[in-house]
Amino acid sequence: MAPKIVIEHLSVQYDDGTESLRDISLEIPANKVTVLFGPAGGGKSTLLRALNRLNDLVDGVRTTGKIYLDGDDIAAADVTALRRRVGMVFAQPVPLPMSVRQNVTYGLELAGYPRGKMEFAVEKALRAAALWDEVSDRLDSPATAISGGQQQRLCLARVLALEPEVVLLDEPTSGLDPISTAKVEASLQEIKKDYTVVIVPHSVQQAGRIADTAAFFLQGELVEYAPGRELFVAPKDKRTEDYVTGRFG
Amino acid sequence: MATVYCSLATVHFEMSRQLTQRLVFTLITLAAIATVTPIVFVVGYIAYLGWPAISWSFLGEMPRDGMRAGGIWPAIVGTLYLTLGTGLIAVPLGVAAAIYLSEYAKDNRLTRSIRIAIINLAGIPSVVYGLFGLGLFVLFLKFGTSLVAGCLTLSIMTLPVIISTAEEALRAVPQSFRVVSRSLGGTKWQTIWRVVLPQALPGILTGVILGLERAAGETAPILFTAAAFFLPRLPGSIFDATMALPYHLFVISTQVPGMPIQIQYGTALVLLVFVLSMNVVATIIRSRARARRQW
Repeated sequence: MAPKIVIEHLSVQYDDGTESLRDISLEIPANKVTVLFGPAGGGKSTLLRALNRLNDLVDGVRTTGKIYLDGDDIAAADVTALRRRVGMVFAQPVPLPMSVRQNVTYGLELAGYPRGKMEFAVEKALRAAALWDEVSDRLDSPATAISGGQQQRLCLARVLALEPEVVLLDEPTSGLDPISTAKVEASLQEIKKDYTVVIVPHSVQQAGRIADTAAFFLQGELVEYAPGRELFVAPKDKRTEDYVTGRFG
Repeated sequence: MATVYCSLATVHFEMSRQLTQRLVFTLITLAAIATVTPIVFVVGYIAYLGWPAISWSFLGEMPRDGMRAGGIWPAIVGTLYLTLGTGLIAVPLGVAAAIYLSEYAKDNRLTRSIRIAIINLAGIPSVVYGLFGLGLFVLFLKFGTSLVAGCLTLSIMTLPVIISTAEEALRAVPQSFRVVSRSLGGTKWQTIWRVVLPQALPGILTGVILGLERAAGETAPILFTAAAFFLPRLPGSIFDATMALPYHLFVISTQVPGMPIQIQYGTALVLLVFVLSMNVVATIIRSRARARRQW
């Protein structure tokens, strides 16, 4: 099967000369959970943000190299259309200052989604994020009134509502308790049937639990990229092994 | 033994801390009283002397007998017109400028100098604006002494206040909202219109009202540009001169011999209530928004 995303010689630099990513080449398979992990400052989040061009919003970031989505260069794509195809869930749940329902419909309204189908889309997205049962009776209360774990699943729901092809998650469970974390992880396994998932996990353990394929990043370099089972059980690179077994990090 | 010393030292320390606490608290309370007392006194004094003059005929009639009798209706209407006109010009311009500065402008030498210019504009004495308005609008653009010249002059004076408070309100909206909206496929303008502006609106409105309140109360900027000494009719077009409360007050307090004192203080009271009620509206908007804030 053709890879969903192909990254070729991607480098990201900041104006002050610091390098965030150095010459990354990577193929991300469709309908799998791909894990980008490694110690802080390794460039994982930068890579994630490169995939839907969120780095464009930051002044002084220089990106070289190519990223292809289904064979098309994303640098040439319409950026709002790209971001609808490649959705993002951030480390901190940031519900927009609106109701639960409006958080889900926000992206749809911007995309000109027909109003008549909105009700159905809201329920579908909230169900996909395993949140429907908990919030179906308070869709119109402010999104900040629900718990942190629910907020993060709401953030996932509003991304899923757009029916993207790729879902990016940047440490989505870093602020969550184990039960909420388990719920988010479970919904990832559920949604990968329909979506390509790229996630920066918040721990090596989580990486091991959810990875179909895994990429280990160290200081802006891609050290090793392999199917999850291989990489965590029998890493080829000494640095990967040291990190996975907890010798540094 | 050591513990005894230790606890004695603690007791001593504790007492001096309490003493400092009490002293500072007293000083702060005194400062607050010292600030509030003159305000209460001024308002009370004007209300006491002006209240006997207030009646429906005083509010709703034309001045008569060289302004020594009758009402102040044209001055009230003039001030309303001037305030509204200033709002119509200054609010869209000021908010647009604030959006540009906060959302679009790159942080470079140009925008920094624009910001410095705005801050300095806010510090220019109002009579200088009046003179500028006389030169530009009344004489050069040939608007004459008119409502439109007065509104434009007041707008220029009000703009810095509106721009800086609106920019501050926009900047206070968390950056993460913008990133989230963009990541959901929102354009820059959709993000500003649907997320940033609604959040900043209470702050912007507060700045707008405070700016307009100043415009309503100023004498100097309309002195040469809009105000008529005595005009016992309402302005018929925007190119007519108009009476206005602050200038009327100035005139009847200094230029008219034999002026009954309660008319002077009655006029002052009306102006004061006008400005204070705008202030109250601003306060209500702000506290409502604070109660509703979700982050």
